[in-house]
Amino acid sequence: MFQVVSNEILAENLHKMVLVAPRIARARKAGQFVMVRLAQGEERIPLTIGDADPAAGTITLFIQAIGASTRKIVSTPVGGFIRDVAGPLGKETHITNWGRVVCVGGGVGTAVLFPLVKALAEAGNEITTIIGGRSERYVILADELGALSKNLLITTEDGSLGYKGFVTGPLSEMIADPARAPQAVFAVGPVPMMKAVANLTREPGIETIVSLNPIMIDGTGMCGGCRVQVGTETKFACVDGPEFDAHLVDFDGLSDRLTSYRKEEATRHAAEGCKLAKEVAK
Amino acid sequence: MSNDLSPKERMAIDRVHMPELPADERSTNFEEVNLGLSADQALSEAQRCLQCKTRNCVAGCPVGVSIPEFIDALACDDLPKATQILRGDNALPAVCGRVCPQETQCEALCVRGKKGDAVAIGYLERYVADWAMLHPDRLLKAAKPEPTGKTVAVVGCGPAGLTAAGELARMGHQVTIFEALHDTGGVLRYGIPEFRLPKEIIDREVAVLLELGVGIECNVIIGKTLTVAELRDDFDAVFIANGAGLPTMLNIPGENLKGVYAANEFLTRVNLMEAGRKEDSATPILQRDEVAVIGGGNTAMDCVRTARRLGAKRAMIIYRRGEAEMPARIEEIKHAKEEGVEFVMLTAPVAIIGTEDGWVSALRCQKMELGPADDSGRRRPQPVDGSEFDIPAGIVINAVGTNANPLLTATAPDLNLNKWGNVVADEEGQTSIPGVFAGGDIVRGGATVILAMGDGKRAAAAIDQYLKR
Ligand SMILES: Cc1cc2nc3c(=O)[nH]c(=O)nc-3n(C[C@H](O)[C@H](O)[C@H](O)COP(=O)(O)OP(=O)(O)OC[C@H]3O[C@@H](n4cnc5c(N)ncnc54)[C@H](O)[C@@H]3O)c2cc1C
Ligand SMILES: Cc1cc2nc3c(=O)[nH]c(=O)nc-3n(C[C@H](O)[C@H](O)[C@H](O)COP(=O)(O)OP(=O)(O)OC[C@H]3O[C@@H](n4cnc5c(N)ncnc54)[C@H](O)[C@@H]3O)c2cc1C
Ligand code: SF4
Ligand code: FES
Repeated sequence: MFQVVSNEILAENLHKMVLVAPRIARARKAGQFVMVRLAQGEERIPLTIGDADPAAGTITLFIQAIGASTRKIVSTPVGGFIRDVAGPLGKETHITNWGRVVCVGGGVGTAVLFPLVKALAEAGNEITTIIGGRSERYVILADELGALSKNLLITTEDGSLGYKGFVTGPLSEMIADPARAPQAVFAVGPVPMMKAVANLTREPGIETIVSLNPIMIDGTGMCGGCRVQVGTETKFACVDGPEFDAHLVDFDGLSDRLTSYRKEEATRHAAEGCKLAKEVAK
Repeated sequence: MSNDLSPKERMAIDRVHMPELPADERSTNFEEVNLGLSADQALSEAQRCLQCKTRNCVAGCPVGVSIPEFIDALACDDLPKATQILRGDNALPAVCGRVCPQETQCEALCVRGKKGDAVAIGYLERYVADWAMLHPDRLLKAAKPEPTGKTVAVVGCGPAGLTAAGELARMGHQVTIFEALHDTGGVLRYGIPEFRLPKEIIDREVAVLLELGVGIECNVIIGKTLTVAELRDDFDAVFIANGAGLPTMLNIPGENLKGVYAANEFLTRVNLMEAGRKEDSATPILQRDEVAVIGGGNTAMDCVRTARRLGAKRAMIIYRRGEAEMPARIEEIKHAKEEGVEFVMLTAPVAIIGTEDGWVSALRCQKMELGPADDSGRRRPQPVDGSEFDIPAGIVINAVGTNANPLLTATAPDLNLNKWGNVVADEEGQTSIPGVFAGGDIVRGGATVILAMGDGKRAAAAIDQYLKR
């Protein structure tokens, strides 16, 4: 059992949750994740370890409540418990001093990006962070990431904050400018965003790393459900990743596999909705 | 009661039939298929045993269970004694009585099998073990061991780990099991379905261990949460039993289409996560009318019978050799057939065909014919030119096998591995690191429950010796 010591709302549907998990706090490195199961009978889902405090024995998760499992997890109150948290899983991020690095985060990917930015900053990189969101309400962690970066750029699709448009706008400007062109790019977010970033950096040959989010069950390499095509090889994201060379990833395949259970999930949402409605009626 | 029939009287008794749920009923639910013998059936079957001095059957058992002795106690209606004998040799009799391939082990060598039917040793083992589970108060209690003050870490809560932990605890050592998943049992829980091995049996075995003072910590992945080196520092000895694990990919086109599962994923979703077994299970599973399962072992049978229970109208086994070459237990093949599973033999997959939107629609196959025998003694299948054909399927399940999972071994550089990534250990389970022992599938590759259990037992004895030094 893992106790919740804090649970803050950072933006609509985005929670920052701190859990007591001393062994994981001690062992974890940037880029790794945990498998979380709220209670008996619930799903196991992967969540990135956003931060950790080995002295306090705690880990921080940033959770976007988008479906049944994430919504239930974020509704655990302070002092409450999460039954299963297993990790740290996945490979740690390969961190060196590249020089100029651009870190691109979209949606909840921004939270997944946070530990990478922190580790890259500690390694002495000069970081430009670009955060993308649908509108101002979806831009998260701007202050925290700003403090670790030399430059912070924000893009929103509706122009309600920062640049109007997508993250690829400012990124392509930087690549075109020899004085600002990065030596490496890290991108985490929705699959189409990561694909667009990979397409921008392929031609100029800028090393680009993405963190992938396939559906996972065990997270230990046992089931093969998280497989993604990387170059000519089939990789298991939970053990070989979740970070991969963006120029080799089959993003379309990944997107497609993520829709495998769309119908089943919709049915479950509907069922949960019914249950709720019945309870309200009572 | 005594067991003093004449050989002639014994020979006159016919082999018992295991009562089963009717096939049409069971193929829509996950209830256990084999119902177990009645007391009368068990007694009569026990009386069939000739109590041979040569003990052929014992030679066929990988752990040398004292078969005629426990059967004699059963025939004398002394179930506490039968339990004691059985448990002395086999830590998990309720499991082995259900899943061991007796027809190739003890029963294959049984004298009565030479002319007629072997004694149903597996059924009797199950009968005694099930009786024992229901009558804990009537069992002969072992004296509580003197605590030795020594500590042992066990990695993995499958049959090898459970057995070693029980043995070591009975010797007075303080044991902690570390398990990567959120629940106990290993393959017994996530792989073998409820209709063959009810999960309640694992729960009971685990409860016995807890009562013995064994600690079980789930959600701890050795190699990630803690390393073997850390365990070596914190414990006096370590037993590694993390199983096999990684699915072997088919490496044919279309393997990443939606609706293609590795057996481990399919079975884990249904068994461990209860997908499809409970009306409102949180974990989803796809259900389709046509399901093709590739492979011929127990795993393939478990997948295909599960698919049938999830509602598949056509549940098919696709196997590249013939039925006689299938490694699955005969009982599983028989049960699968009764449940309406189709067997497509001498057929190998060459590609998985998909729809425009990425869903599986068919399995493209090639006919095979059997050539000369290979190293394993089985006749090698060879493709028949121009014999390609498509089998319509909405789900394709790959049940061709597993490889060693490198998660633990990757962080233990001093641990010697063979070329397949399995841990190298001697007869007693000793690895290349002093004080670190290993057994079960991580050493043998995909093997059996009884071999894993035997490894756990032998390693426990070796660890005990090591700790006394
Ligand atoms: C390595 C890794 C790290 C992750 N880190 C974080 C994190 O730090 N914070 C966070 O909020 N989320 C993270 N995710 C995504 C998170 O696991 C999913 O959002 C979650 O599993 C959805 O479960 P649900 O039941 O709430 O939603 P569902 O009802 O299952 O799904 C809602 C929608 O999300 C899609 N979806 C389902 N599973 C996933 C998945 N694994 N990844 C992406 N989309 C999915 C579905 O197709 C559906 O459209 C991570 C995923 C991976 C693989
Ligand atoms: C579907 C299926 C059906 C089968 N049917 C039969 C049958 O009918 N009869 C038969 O005799 N055999 C059968 N087998 C084979 C048998 O189940 C295995 O040989 C046996 O379970 C091996 O036992 P084990 O203890 O070595 O490993 P496992 O049962 O694999 O247990 C290993 C445990 O270690 C855990 N683990 C893995 N890595 C780590 C880590 N790094 N840290 C901590 N824990 C870890 C795993 O989660 C697991 O719980 C079947 C196998 C499968 C897959
Ligand atoms: S070989 Fe058969 S008949 Fe002989 S002791 Fe063993 S079980 Fe009994
Ligand atoms: S989640 Fe099962 S292998 Fe990666």
